[in-house]
This record gives sequence, C-alpha cells and structure tokens, in this order.
Amino acid sequence: MKSLQKTQTALEILGVLGLLLLLAGPRVALAQELGDHQYTTDAIQTGSRIYTRECALCHGPQGDIVDGVNLRRGQFKTAQSDDDLRRIITAGTGGGQMPGFSFADAELSGVIAYIRAGFDPDGIAVRIGDPVRGQALFEGKGDCSNCHRINGVGPRTAPDLSDIGAVRTPASLQRNLLDPATAILPINRPVRLVTRNEETIIGRRLNEDTYTVQVIDSQERLRSLKKSDLVSYEISMAPSKAPTTLNSEEVADVVGYLLTLRGL
Amino acid sequence: MMKRIDMSIGCLLRLLTLTIGLAFATTAVAQAPYERILNAADEPENWLTYNGGYMSQRHSLLDQINPDNVSTLELKWVLQNQVFGAWQSNPLIVDGIMYVTERPNSVMAVDAVTGRVFWKFRHTPVEGARICCGANNRGVAVLDDKVYMGTLDARLIALDRVNGQPLWNVEVGDVDQSYSVTMAPLAVKDKIMVGVGGGEFGIRGYVAAFDAETGELAWKTYTIPGPGEANHDSWEGDDWEHGGAPVWITGSFDPELNLTYWGVGNPGPDWNAGQRPGDNLYSDSAIALDADTGELKWHFQFTPNDGYDYDSVQVPVLADINFRGTPKKVMMWANRNGYFYVLDRVTGEFLEGKPFVTVNWSSGLDENGRPIPTPQPEGMPTYPGNQGGTNWYPPSFSPNTGLFYFSAWENYATIYRAEESEYIPGRAFLGGGFSVLAPAPGAPTIGIGRTNPINNWTNEVGFASLKAMDPQTGEAVWSYNQFDVSDSGMLTTASDLLFTGGREGYFHAIDARSGELIWNVNLGGQIVMAPVTYMVDGVQYVSVISGNGLSTFALRE
Repeated sequence: MKSLQKTQTALEILGVLGLLLLLAGPRVALAQELGDHQYTTDAIQTGSRIYTRECALCHGPQGDIVDGVNLRRGQFKTAQSDDDLRRIITAGTGGGQMPGFSFADAELSGVIAYIRAGFDPDGIAVRIGDPVRGQALFEGKGDCSNCHRINGVGPRTAPDLSDIGAVRTPASLQRNLLDPATAILPINRPVRLVTRNEETIIGRRLNEDTYTVQVIDSQERLRSLKKSDLVSYEISMAPSKAPTTLNSEEVADVVGYLLTLRGL
Repeated sequence: MMKRIDMSIGCLLRLLTLTIGLAFATTAVAQAPYERILNAADEPENWLTYNGGYMSQRHSLLDQINPDNVSTLELKWVLQNQVFGAWQSNPLIVDGIMYVTERPNSVMAVDAVTGRVFWKFRHTPVEGARICCGANNRGVAVLDDKVYMGTLDARLIALDRVNGQPLWNVEVGDVDQSYSVTMAPLAVKDKIMVGVGGGEFGIRGYVAAFDAETGELAWKTYTIPGPGEANHDSWEGDDWEHGGAPVWITGSFDPELNLTYWGVGNPGPDWNAGQRPGDNLYSDSAIALDADTGELKWHFQFTPNDGYDYDSVQVPVLADINFRGTPKKVMMWANRNGYFYVLDRVTGEFLEGKPFVTVNWSSGLDENGRPIPTPQPEGMPTYPGNQGGTNWYPPSFSPNTGLFYFSAWENYATIYRAEESEYIPGRAFLGGGFSVLAPAPGAPTIGIGRTNPINNWTNEVGFASLKAMDPQTGEAVWSYNQFDVSDSGMLTTASDLLFTGGREGYFHAIDARSGELIWNVNLGGQIVMAPVTYMVDGVQYVSVISGNGLSTFALRE
C-alpha cells in the first residue's frame, strides 16, 4: 500500500508538471503542428465580418434561427463536409429559401471557418472532409478499427465511438488523431495492475475511487479491484496510440466521418 | 392463521409506537433554553446547535464508539429525502428528536431511534427566489420550544417544536433583489441570528438578529460599511451598494467576550476585481459582532479586493489553547484562499498563516497577515481554483489531540476571465467567468457537487486531502487523501475517532491521532455535510447524510 501511494503521488506530480508544460504554450505549439489542418484566425475573423453582414439577418446572430439548423453547433439539414457548405452557400438551397452568394474564395472559406469555430472569433476551426472517404480510412489505412468499436463492430478495449460525433467537437477529434498524448481524457489512460496473486491486468479504466478501480481488461472483461489487493498500479501517461500518419486531407476525412457518428 | 399472527404483531407494534410516541411527546415539551446550548458540551447526548456548541468545534464527548469497536457499527435506520439535489442539511438532536431540513424549505421532526417522522412542515419559497448554487438549506436552530429555519426567499420562520406549526414568519431580505437564506440560524440568548446569501447577485450583505419570541428585528449589521462608517473608503463610488459580501454559513459565539463571529463571502462582481477598486471591506473577512447590539468590534480580511470568489464563509472554529506557550483565545480558520490562519479572537490580531495547498495568487502573507498578491497572467491557471482550497463545509477541532481537521482540495486550479458587468437589481452580477483547469481540452472537470457515479475527471483535476493541522505550526501532522474531491465536514469524538465522508459516498472512521483508516462503508451518494453524533437510552448513534439518504449507525448489540 505504501509503495502504491508513492507511485500515485509520483504520477500526480508528473501530471501537474505535464499540465504546466501544456499550459506554457499550447496554442502556439499546436498552431504550428496543426498548420494546414485548420483555418487561420484571420480566416475566422474575416468570416465573422461576412457572417454579420450577409448571413445573420436570416440565420440570426447565434446561427440558430432557421428551423433544423444550428450553424454555431454544426447542425445542418444535409451538409456534412466543408465542401458541402461551400456548395450550398454558393448555389443556395431550399428551393429558393436560401439564395446563392457569390463570395470570393477567401470570404467563402472565412464564413466556413467562422461556422467551424463555433462562432468564436478566437476559436479553432477544423477542416472537415468527406465522411465516405473517412470511413474507408478509419477501417483501412488509418488503423482505427483495430481497437475502436462502432455500432456493434470492433473490439471494446478502446472507447466505443458510436456516438463520438455527438459528444466531441471537431477540434477535439482532430487533436486525438494528431496529438493523442495531449488529447486523451485522463480516465482513458492505459493502466497496468498487478494483484497479490501475481495476476497482471492490462486495460482501460472505467471508474475509480479512493479504494477501488473498475477496468475493462484486454480480454474485454469488466473487472473491479480493491487497491489494497494490488501490489502495483501504474497509470501510463502515454496513450496506447501513436499520432496518426495520415496526411491532412485524410485526417479531415476521418474527422468528417467521426462527426457523422451520433449514436442511436 | 398467518394473517391473525401478522395482525396481532401489527397491533403490538402500533401499541409500542404509541407508547414510544407518548414518551417522546412528553420529552418534546422539555425546554431547550439558551443555558442548555451554552453548556452543550455537558450534554453530548444532544446536538443542540449547528456546530454542536458555540465554539463550533464539532467535537463530541461521547466515547461509546471507539477505535476498538467502530468496525462493528451497523445501520440502524435510513431516512430517504423526497427531493433530489445535494442534501446539505445538518440535523439537530434534542432529547431523542432529530430536526432536519429538506429541499427547498421543509423541516422534519424525526424519532432519532427509529427514523420515523413525527411531523413535517413545508414552506414553498416564492417563484422569484434566486439562488446561485442550488436550493440548499443547511438546517435549523432550536431555542426553548421553537425551531427556526431561514428560507430561500429570505424569510425566517419559527415553528412550534412539538407539532411543527408556524408561529411567525418574517422577512430577512428583499427576495426581488435576490437575497436568500441557506444557513442554519444561530440562537444566542433571546435572539435568532441569520446572514444572507446573494453574493452572485450584487446584494449588500448583512447579519440580522430577530427576537426569538416575536420575530421582531433586534439589530442588523451590514458587512459593507455605508457612508460615514469606518472603512467605507475601501470602496469607490457606489460599488458598496451592490458589493456582495454575503454571510451564508452559521457563525460562532464566545459568551465571555459576548462576541459572535461570522465569515463573510466574496465581493461582487465576483471575477472582475478591477471594477471595484479598494480592499472591499468586509468581504472575505472574519467579523466579530456584539451579541446584543450587532456592533462590529473587529475584522480581519483574508483576501482584499478578491477576484477569485474566495468567500470566507468557513466556520469560525474557537478554542482556548496554549499557543506557543501562552494561553490564548484563538480562532482557527482554513480559508478558501488556500491559507490556514490562527487569529486572536479577542482582538482579531493575526497570529499565524500558512498555505495548506498550492497557492499562486499570492506569494505569502506579511506580518499582519495581509496577502502579497501575485495575479497570474490572463489565460494562466490560478491555484487554488474557484471552489477554493477548502470551502463552507465544517471543520472539527479536537481538544484531545489539539488538531484542526478539514477537507482540502489539492491540485485544483481555475482559469479566470474578467469582464465589465453592469449591476441590475436581482440579476446575476459576476464580472466574467472561469474554467477549471483540465488535463486535456474538453475533458470533464469538477463542478459544484457530484451527479455522476463515474469519476471520469479523475484526480488529475483535483483530489481531496483531509488535513490534520497543528495550529502551533500551521503544518499538517498527517493527511488522508481521497481520489475525488470532498465537501464533507468533520466530526471528532472523545474516543479520538474522526468521522467524515466525501463525494464518493464512503463514510469513514479514521484514527484522529494517526490518520489511519479504521472502518468505512460505501453509502453510495455524495456526503456534503458533516456527520453528527448523539445518544438515546444509553446508545450512541452517528448520523450522516449521503446522497438522498440520512443513515444512522450504532454499535452491533
């Protein structure tokens, strides 16, 4: 128990250090790394001006006035990808209810950036690609479906993604692909437990309190363990996945696919 | 055949209940005069006032339950709350009857042996009542033959202790300006004292005393001095008129000095200190008020010009101790701002102050206890975070061990955002916002209370540390950590047991000297008040509220 507490304290200290490092300059570092995955702040601010001038009258300042559409929250009637949005803004839709707009390229990208940034001029706007291509990448080259389960298919060891598009923002999804170490939720960090009976359990935490921990192990069994029965309990600060090797267009496609996953 | 047996048992039980009921009915008319509360320590079988006694030590002289037998505690009864939401009520126990409140403003008289309810009084607050952080009520006061409750719509109600009928109902504050009462009142001599909540709505805080018999206002002392009063110049312009400084936790009383002590909450707007230049007295202060007149005798401000919502609404814990070799009447205070203080409660003089968690809004205290401010750059985390290094939940002081016990939040930080805020009467007056520092963007964090059985924020966002502070040194002699944070108060007993809980729902019995866990039980819901203990017919009970259940334990027979 003594050594267990020590391990935890050390991990906690590491956690704090990690946080401080992260906070020392996350925006700058990320902007460089994420470069062509995202729209620029300039684009978002251009979009903000265009939106106020051209779009707000019908869609409202919060983008939620048109029935079934909430631009700020990324809810559209048919559009999924940025290209869909481009088409609709340029050509119009709804049998003339929404007219087409002839924006310059930079203006058009700006409006999309502003929408993708959740109407936050200082926000992060993520490029969103084609969901069909994204699904193919998810199941193939991207190596995602080896660990993640969607709608009843795939292993349960990593978090189930069937509703991930409803619970995560595009920025968070993209960050999980590009820089999983800074994006992983603490509860999902891989754990390694060794019991007094010398059983080693590798898995993912589902819940934890002062005296117990609940995990799903590598055989997909739900296990609840008393900490007093453990001789070692390690929480890895590194996620079990490496940053993706997909290029920025492919990442945009996978994010596009994940955003379509909205649960039952 | 079976039916007949059932019926006869039923009759017997009913008869028995009737007898017990009658027995309590006779004891219920026994008076609970001021002298009994004054000498509450002499009758540890009762819990007569919010913090167990005027010194607010939450230390009981009962010792039937001790470290050797505490693991044989068994559940005797459970009272289920009928209203969801954090149950922060502190039960009082008077001669075998427990008085406990339920959201929003109900009072129940409960048989302390069986958990069965004698009567229930319901007050429905008016619709306009506005509370920042939950429809909380932390309990009643008892005096003579009456029970007193403050309400969310800022009223004070006196009830007949025997039958729960209202006797008077008076206004404490203007509900349209979002004044409220969530604290348990304090009964002192012939007066009932309450403070007001509303620090997030631009109120001007005060403590008021009412005649216990009639409900007539006896005195009212503002926590923000008006024009012409001392320290009015710690505010600029008309900021003082809506500067907050609420009082929403029950105070303490020193009968020898005839002083009542109160913790004062945050100035408003909460997060934009620049909008209200000056020290903003007496926000975030301890104040000493004359029990008869309400006159302010001294103050000590913990956090001048606070921009972090560091309410000083902790319980003023009083003790007469040898402080570094000199007998002193002290007040001990673990503050939301992350510092632990010892003050001289005769004069308000600062004796000692040290951080008990990571603190970066200040680099230390000067010789008078005034913090040296080190505001963090915009976007950077401030330690401790918005809910503080600790908060309103009651600590305990054990004269046996000489230690002060309380729940601290470790490794918990907040990023603040200040913005200009216009005061509109009755509306939120916050001056910005905040976000809790999380290990990953969008990760779940800690809020006020716990509603999720799954802890997916983990101890990386913050965790509880029960600290046993030595007031002589300002250092913790030992700490007991929990994975989640804790808003649980403390109870110590003469047998050197420490009872406490936490958001995880464990009820713990800990050795008050060593900090070793002796016994615990999972009650399954957050514990957001302190346990209490009492004795009926020679049996010591310990009661704790977890989630929506009030569980009462005693030793196995």
